[in-house]
Amino acid sequence: MLKVENLVKRFGDKYAVNDISFTVEDNEIVGFLGPNGAGKTTAMNIMTGYLSYTSGSVTVDCFEILDNPTEAKKLIGYLPEQPPLYPDMTVWEYLNFVYELKSCTLNRKKHLMEICEVTKIVDVRNRVIRHLSKGYCQRVGIAQALVGNPKVIILDEPTVGLDPKQIIEIRSLIRSLGRDHSVILSNHILSEVQAVCDRIMIINKGRIVADERTEELTRLMAGTRRLSAQICGPRKEVLAAINGIEEVSYIDTPKEIPGTDAYKYLIETKDGADIRRKLFTVCAGNDWPIIGMETVGASLEDVFLNLTDNRETKKKGR
Amino acid sequence: MIAIYKRELKAFFSSPAGYIYIAMFVAASGFCFSMFTLLAGAESSITSYFTVELFIAAFMTPLLTMKSFSEERKQKTEQLLMTAPVTLPGMVAAKFLASYTMFGIAFLITCLNLPVSLNYLSEANLFRYNAVCALGGAVALFLVGGAFIAIGVFVSSLTENQIVSGSVTVVVLALLLLISFLNTYIGFAPLRAVFSWVSIYTRFANFSSGYFDFAALLYYISIMGVCMFLTVRVYEKRRWA
Repeated sequence: MLKVENLVKRFGDKYAVNDISFTVEDNEIVGFLGPNGAGKTTAMNIMTGYLSYTSGSVTVDCFEILDNPTEAKKLIGYLPEQPPLYPDMTVWEYLNFVYELKSCTLNRKKHLMEICEVTKIVDVRNRVIRHLSKGYCQRVGIAQALVGNPKVIILDEPTVGLDPKQIIEIRSLIRSLGRDHSVILSNHILSEVQAVCDRIMIINKGRIVADERTEELTRLMAGTRRLSAQICGPRKEVLAAINGIEEVSYIDTPKEIPGTDAYKYLIETKDGADIRRKLFTVCAGNDWPIIGMETVGASLEDVFLNLTDNRETKKKGR
Repeated sequence: MIAIYKRELKAFFSSPAGYIYIAMFVAASGFCFSMFTLLAGAESSITSYFTVELFIAAFMTPLLTMKSFSEERKQKTEQLLMTAPVTLPGMVAAKFLASYTMFGIAFLITCLNLPVSLNYLSEANLFRYNAVCALGGAVALFLVGGAFIAIGVFVSSLTENQIVSGSVTVVVLALLLLISFLNTYIGFAPLRAVFSWVSIYTRFANFSSGYFDFAALLYYISIMGVCMFLTVRVYEKRRWA
């Protein structure tokens, strides 16, 4: 459906996108994950024809984005980082404008109404965009990307700046879009991407460092699960006791919790072993109350390291 | 392209900008028309009216064009236009034509002055009304207006700040109008020739005195063409930067 081959974008000496290649199949939801400035937005801007590339190619359904821009762009719906809204128009006027801009041929009223229903903006469709909240603006932005029923939908950080309830709504909206569109979305929060995507690509410094199915990524991450425990008691002794547990591989320097005699211990275990019961027994035996305990998901950096390390060992193995 | 044109035109009327432009243009022109023809007695001349009208058109152009591309850039809505199945020349032409239509509306209203006063004045025999001068002046002014707008649209594609866009447009237009006046101070003949060739004012003077100058028409149309071409290039360049 969407094929990117050896894409390079250079700004002067700096490579914003450095030789990335991938294919997105029909009805697949792909997440672009990476820290800020990794090249996600640049890559998306190139795929949608907003920027040109230095070398490589982007093909949408056999139309090359620079050779056949008009045909290729008809197949793509794009929500940039900042929704491109005209504040002086009402939502309905705006969607009509986008409809005409994309030279759509679908039944106008029916199609736009469907989009409003899917994105839940029916109630605000006669309001001026200037007066809408951030969440609604984001939805109007997504609605705009859906006009013309494009095969590929590209969303740049669609949930940024939304409240938790809105994030959940947008997630389920994206999942439903995945039923009959190819969706590419970017984000810098791992859990966000994990929740909706079939496949995750991690981009760092303009390169794809990992391209895995979500299940595979979750499996790889299991090895780096950590436990954060808040334990009252003398620091040194507690530390020694935790170190005494067989499976513990590393403990981060404990941090004092203000207003209590407790410290926060970040514990890593071998192969992600679950030590919660053992920790309880040790602390209970010494009369050190545990006032809080949670497992902490791996951070993006950990996933990077884990994945890139894995790659290198695989290569060495060959 | 039609979608962008329609949106632009609507935007002029959904904010006070469009009404203010038309009102100010018509009021200023009406005032000058009375001053230089109806109230000027034996001195009255349609030529001086058109000359002043030329300056009114120039100084009011930024009201139409300063937002044109600057605002799209600031609001990031240009991303929508540039990722939509619209060509860059189509996008630039739509923006230009929308502003030009606004100018056209205001200008047509001021043209109502001409025949009305012709009737009244020819009866009263107050001034040498020359229908040819009026027609020539009107055609030329309409084209010069287009050239002004093309320049304004081009300047607005260079910055995302409307104030900068507006002021630079005024300065550029003032230079193009007044450059021939510098000639009195310049001893170097080839430079003088270039200045009077470039000057919009010198060429315009031919029209309003009844001489139909095709070279000037071509000059104005070329300015429109060149500015639109350059605007397209600005966007191409940004895409490739």
